[in-house]
Amino acid sequence: MTTTPDLIDSLATGLKPAPRGFVSRRLGLGIGAGVVLTIAAATLFALGLRPDLPTAFTSPPFWIKFAFTGLLMLAGLVAVWRLARPEGKVSRSMWAGIVGVLLAMSALAAVQLANAPVADYRALIMGKTAAICPWLIMLLSLPILAGALWAMRSMAPTHPTLAGASVGLAAGASAAFIYAFSCDESAMPFVLIWYGLGMAVPTLVGALLGRYLLRW
Amino acid sequence: MQPVEERLRRLMIEALAGDEKSYRQLLSDVGDRVRAYYSRRMGPGHASTEDLVQETLLAVHTRRFTYDSDRPFTAWLHAIARYKLIDHLRASRAHLSVPIDDMNDLISADDSEATGARHDVEKLLGDLPEQTRGFIRAVKIDGRSIAEVSAASGASESAVKVAIHRGLKLLARRMKGNDAP
Repeated sequence: MTTTPDLIDSLATGLKPAPRGFVSRRLGLGIGAGVVLTIAAATLFALGLRPDLPTAFTSPPFWIKFAFTGLLMLAGLVAVWRLARPEGKVSRSMWAGIVGVLLAMSALAAVQLANAPVADYRALIMGKTAAICPWLIMLLSLPILAGALWAMRSMAPTHPTLAGASVGLAAGASAAFIYAFSCDESAMPFVLIWYGLGMAVPTLVGALLGRYLLRW
Repeated sequence: MQPVEERLRRLMIEALAGDEKSYRQLLSDVGDRVRAYYSRRMGPGHASTEDLVQETLLAVHTRRFTYDSDRPFTAWLHAIARYKLIDHLRASRAHLSVPIDDMNDLISADDSEATGARHDVEKLLGDLPEQTRGFIRAVKIDGRSIAEVSAASGASESAVKVAIHRGLKLLARRMKGNDAP
């Protein structure tokens, strides 16, 4: 067995300057490549942009969908960047932010249901695409998940499961954000449930994978 | 605490810029600190301590670019040392309870206890007759054989043995606080 002084000697000999900003560049590369692939995949699936995109720009549900997915994406990305470093933690305010976004979306959905006749519930909850929406989001999240996990594997996360969950949330929420350009569903309950499911599954998958893949 | 943090952080920043000398100094300092940290967690002289020290040094090396020079180095190092310890305990299926608030052990860590013990032995030995002291040091501390010492000193093997035996008995009495012969 090598002695510790020998080890130190071998590590120090021929030391090269460490690349600056490696953490951000590597994470940016992994996630960025994933996003490009996802957008390419969305185009390939012929999802296209929602036909009513120009008029939708002026409607609140359009923006709420982007705020819901966008804020969760932001939370996921910030958590990824934090947890990439050994001493990194998810702060209480970040947890509060994530819970706050989910609560706000739930409140919007509840208000919309409360103000609608029961006969409309099915349309508000199932929309026209409930059967494919979460699956598409999950599929679209895969390239981002893979890219982010690849980048994270050269980092030093000391909470592998949580780091994996963050990677999954960032991937799922980015995919949902991208998918929102194609999807013309606008009911709040629909967005909460099916977008929520589409983001939750990648988060769980990320946590499970992180447990095994992000050990070092 | 501050001087340690300041010094290690400066060494780390120099090392990240490619300064081999600073890096050597940093690694050897870090090695001593994590050795004391692991000894305290696992009991002194535990067989895995040195493995853990080396694993931690390797981790510091391969993940050094994850250190953000705007943040405390000791917190970074502590997180790595703790992670490696948890990983080790998990692998050995031992009971898992690693405190999260023991960063100070890393900062204040040194081997002063062991050093203190060495000083005490020297002091006690100093009270013995010179030849006896020489025998005890050669056999009991430096680990040479009775035959070697006998050959070197000219005294017979049994004389060496007897001198050592008497010397140790005297030391034992002294340590009990009983100076009377």
